[in-house]
Amino acid sequence: MALLQNLLIRSFYAAVLLLAVLILNFSLMHLAPGDVADTIAQSAGGADPEMLAQIRAEYGLDQPFLVQLGRYIGGVLQFDLGYSYFYNRPVTDLILERLPATLLLVFTAQIFALVLGVFLGAMSAQKPQGWLSHLVTFISLFGYSAPVFWTGILLLIAFSLNLHWFPVAGMRDVTVEGGFWVQALDIARHLVLPMITLASIFIALYSRLARATMMEVLQSDFVRTAHAKGLPMRHVVYRHALSNAMSPVVTLAGLQFSAVISGAVLVEAVFSWPGLGTLAFQSIIARDTPTILGILFFSALVVIVGNLLTDQVLRMMDPRIRGRSA
Amino acid sequence: MKHFMRTLLTSAAVAGLVASATQAEEPVRGGTLVSVMGSNPRTLNGAVQSGIVTGYPAAQLFASPLRYDEDWTPQPYLAESWEISEDGLSFTLNLVKDAVFHDGQPITSEDIAFSIDVIKANHPFKTMFAPVESVETPDAHTAILKLSRPHPALMLAISGQLMSILPKHIYGDVPVEEVKSHPRNNENVVGSGPFKLVEFKSGEHVILERFDDFFIEGRPYLDRVVLRIITDVSARTIAYENGELHMGAFESVPQMVNRLKGVDGITVTPEGYGAIGPLDWLAMNTQRGPLKDKRVRQAIAYAVDKKFIQNALMQGTAADSRTGIHPDSPFYYPDVPTYDLDLDKAKALLDEAGFPMNGDSRFSLTIDFGWPGVKPQVEYVKAALKKVGIDVEVRASADFPTWAKRMGEMDFDMSWDTVFNWGDPVIGVHRTYVSSNIGKGVWSNTQGYSNARVDELLAMAAVETDPAKRKELYKEFQLIIADELPVYHTNTLPYHTVYSDKVGNPPLGIWGTSTPIDMTYLKE
Repeated sequence: MALLQNLLIRSFYAAVLLLAVLILNFSLMHLAPGDVADTIAQSAGGADPEMLAQIRAEYGLDQPFLVQLGRYIGGVLQFDLGYSYFYNRPVTDLILERLPATLLLVFTAQIFALVLGVFLGAMSAQKPQGWLSHLVTFISLFGYSAPVFWTGILLLIAFSLNLHWFPVAGMRDVTVEGGFWVQALDIARHLVLPMITLASIFIALYSRLARATMMEVLQSDFVRTAHAKGLPMRHVVYRHALSNAMSPVVTLAGLQFSAVISGAVLVEAVFSWPGLGTLAFQSIIARDTPTILGILFFSALVVIVGNLLTDQVLRMMDPRIRGRSA
Repeated sequence: MKHFMRTLLTSAAVAGLVASATQAEEPVRGGTLVSVMGSNPRTLNGAVQSGIVTGYPAAQLFASPLRYDEDWTPQPYLAESWEISEDGLSFTLNLVKDAVFHDGQPITSEDIAFSIDVIKANHPFKTMFAPVESVETPDAHTAILKLSRPHPALMLAISGQLMSILPKHIYGDVPVEEVKSHPRNNENVVGSGPFKLVEFKSGEHVILERFDDFFIEGRPYLDRVVLRIITDVSARTIAYENGELHMGAFESVPQMVNRLKGVDGITVTPEGYGAIGPLDWLAMNTQRGPLKDKRVRQAIAYAVDKKFIQNALMQGTAADSRTGIHPDSPFYYPDVPTYDLDLDKAKALLDEAGFPMNGDSRFSLTIDFGWPGVKPQVEYVKAALKKVGIDVEVRASADFPTWAKRMGEMDFDMSWDTVFNWGDPVIGVHRTYVSSNIGKGVWSNTQGYSNARVDELLAMAAVETDPAKRKELYKEFQLIIADELPVYHTNTLPYHTVYSDKVGNPPLGIWGTSTPIDMTYLKE
């Protein structure tokens, strides 16, 4: 019951925040000169003024700002995200078509970064001054400081152009025919490089934190006890210490969820991954306000869901939190 | 057995020799061509949307009455023949008799009339069919376009991607103005072209499949065409190099073009863009400040070294252009003043125009640009004009609409711009120079240029049915433009088609990929 109440309160805050985000962004988009009619003209190689006026009238762009805002918010409150001017389709359709690709990329990258980060952190914590530890630090800081699009292109040159291991762009090879597993394998092949690229930023973050907490945990009394009762080193590290060191890392991962999504925008652009990121990118360039706002809406939802999931994972991992209700 | 093998080898060798000697390879049926688009199309329906992105799939899905070869000669397509009346006021199209749409329904003159209505109501290029007053349909295979005045531009306007023939029984269920948002523009498309739509996944691909009942026997050669959507230039470059893409068009980034030129098994060619006619230029607002004076505009042209733009900034990929008409067009007249770099002449012209040096400068101007790709050009103009005492401030725009608004309202001094010819000069050239089109949005006469003789020449050229006379009119027009310089023409936009050795008959006609690729095939 307390859990449900907690969830309700959170959802309410989230809804208010979401509405504020939408209003703010709608206003910001409106402040910029020019509108989607101009980009429609661009994609067509020109248009005459009557035609532009016709487009503006059709989409209500000639109405006063408050009327446009009111209409939009009114629609959103009725779960109608509106109509994409640029793509001539309902925004919800456009987004739902792209959402699975983004979810796949974001969740696999997040999990990959988390697992690898924790593993690397735990390994280097055992010998903080060893060569392995320095190597891990070097690699993770490199991944953290390099811009994602650069990392992406570098990986493409290495693994697609020179080694031919992975395909260059997209999510699937349409010439591949076969059952579910064949298709899944094809998508997995396409996923590897974008996932590693996106994860590269976060591996550093997670491994640094895992290393620090791990070093702290390894000093604690219960670890000494475990050693004292003669448990093998590996057992102590990965069973006893690691599960204690994980909590802060998972918390951080939850907080980083929005960063992963914004990172996905760039990664998707580099790899032509057919997700929300590419759509967001194109819609911003096209000034397609309803689509951009729709994407913000869905991204916010993904972040909220991601955070809730993180909570659940923490509860499962840490009995101390499980006991608490809020 | 040994003997047999030898015979086989010999005959294979002979066959190889013959093939290489004649160069006329027999097209092969079958296979999936993987091609690419650099951005996501808004719609697949070419009757309601122009532009090169929609053009590629639209020309495959929908047939047009005519097509053109490499030499600007019209060829029969959906119309097996055509006649123009003596007075030029009536244009008869005789349709192929047994042509059918993708749903099996016959293509009739009613559909021609309907498609013209749809294009007139939705397509951005109003000049294409403006003189068409009505379309008579005496029988199912004859459409007679009745014109209010002779309209030679109609020939190109009914070819390539400019005229998609839609089935009236599918798209006629809504008022013509609403066809642009018809739900079947992007899915369940019923077209008239060589390929039918299998799937359009936004941001991912358009998949097309051979239409077996296409009205040209034996065509198309390909079983499938996959148009992938890859927006990132680096990723596209690697995909070409890797062999993941067989063919692509409209590649204009010099680094990519030059890199791919060095790759074995790939051909990169600028052929096939004559009708698209993309031109880069420096636009000058002839209604503002010092730029009102022709001599100032000429001085700017003398100070800006277009060879530097072509060779250094465009890395040798772009061709020279001198007038508003693309160099590949039959109407292009190259013998106009060229304004080769001459700083002394530029300074003298500025002095003469009454702008002497005052301290270390004469006056200042702003320069705009609408997309990041041309920033180097703009920065170069700033540096070049500094040398003759003109201070230039570069005004960046946040994005395209911001720039488009400035241009449309003529709120600029100079700007870098790229404008396409779109077939006949009436469609894509006149709009920049006629005084009746001043300040009517982006890519209108944004320079505020007005010259009574130019107006007169273009009005005459629009209705002149004799090609030789028309050419003379455009020659005089180009001479005036090159003298008065409302825009300084620097280079063509270096669009290139990239194709692998596996591709036979790539589309290199004047419409490039904005025309059906029914003759393209994949070699064994």
